[in-house]
Amino acid sequence: MITALSLHGLALSRGERPLFRDLDLQVAAGEAVALNGANGAGKTSLLRAVAGLLRPDAGTVTFAGPAGPLDPDAARAGLHLVGHLDGLKGARTVAEELAFQSRWLGGGDPAGAIAALGLHRLTGLEVRRLSAGQRRRVALARLIAAPRSLWLLDEPLTPLDARWRAAFGALMQAHLAGGGLILAAVHDPLPIPAREIVLGADR
Amino acid sequence: MSAALLLLRRELALAWAGGGGPLLALAFLAGLTTLIPLAVGSDPRVLATLSGGVAWIALTLATLLSLERLFERDLEDGALDLLTLGSLPLEAVVAVKAVAQWLALGLPLALAAPVTALALGLPAAAVPTAVAAGAIGGLGLAFTGALGAAVALGARRGGVLIAVVALPLFIPPVIFGAGAVLRAAEGASPLSALAFLGACSLFAAALTPLFGAAAIRNAQG
Repeated sequence: MITALSLHGLALSRGERPLFRDLDLQVAAGEAVALNGANGAGKTSLLRAVAGLLRPDAGTVTFAGPAGPLDPDAARAGLHLVGHLDGLKGARTVAEELAFQSRWLGGGDPAGAIAALGLHRLTGLEVRRLSAGQRRRVALARLIAAPRSLWLLDEPLTPLDARWRAAFGALMQAHLAGGGLILAAVHDPLPIPAREIVLGADR
Repeated sequence: MSAALLLLRRELALAWAGGGGPLLALAFLAGLTTLIPLAVGSDPRVLATLSGGVAWIALTLATLLSLERLFERDLEDGALDLLTLGSLPLEAVVAVKAVAQWLALGLPLALAAPVTALALGLPAAAVPTAVAAGAIGGLGLAFTGALGAAVALGARRGGVLIAVVALPLFIPPVIFGAGAVLRAAEGASPLSALAFLGACSLFAAALTPLFGAAAIRNAQG
């Protein structure tokens, strides 16, 4: 379980283009951080670097658990990354995808997640038949189905309607209350109290 | 282990659902077999010479055609990120996907190849060798092809680049596999050729997970 995330002197680039450098950031248990910044400022890249999917040019990403520093590979089993690339297969049904995602990420029966995100009427549908907002709710369901402490969210609210933005806000609040951490790339403010970081503000 | 089975079941289900399943592979083999007499003429002696090799051409081409699906789609739709964050190391994910590719494609082709080979005039005595060579070689081609697909992933060029990377690697299994069938058709023992084919397949199965996973990490970052 991750109880703290800290980035020190982080520098990232996409291809030849540097995104940002010397980024320091600490996220503690129970805290939400909203990453803001213009398109292309490097919000998604930062989330991918934290998840270990992108090698930083410089700097370190370190995780700590209740018993001290965590090995990065072990930490990866304690975080979720949900972006606009949701990994859902169009030809599979919602129920099949939820069952796979939950068990693959170490969770159990996704019934609780189906209830939390109001997916019970969609479970028999193929993923390709879902609207963008419904699809996002299916992708978010893995956060509930397989509990992990650090949530890395890439514009999680964008396709959701007002009702589900509020409902997901309540789920985020419950996650934080349980000692979770949230790092979310956003353009609109999160529906929960969050510390705001602006990427690329000095450019 | 249960995570590996979970992924294998999903990969097989996707192969069936995505139109890349066994039925399509068999239709491909049947179509190719029909083309051969039209392309080279209907002389039975010529066809009998080709009969053992057609199955290998079908296996190679069918493997190539499906390689683009192996990692490219998962990279594009984010499934590869999801698989990376699971409980199984990426090396094991690569191995499971290659095995699923073999089960969905190589094995059905190996089992069906004798039927089309007999239709083209392969001696019946060579049929068990054809099945064994197809099954063993299909596993090798699946792993070798997975390596090619993983290496080509970062370039986002898709099919043609994968073919250029993977085809040279297919040469040894094709030599030993088709050679085994040829020796069996001539009445000689195919065992040494089958042993070399098995060695090729094991070599690919041992190296592909390591190198393939490294190539995929590079493409993700």
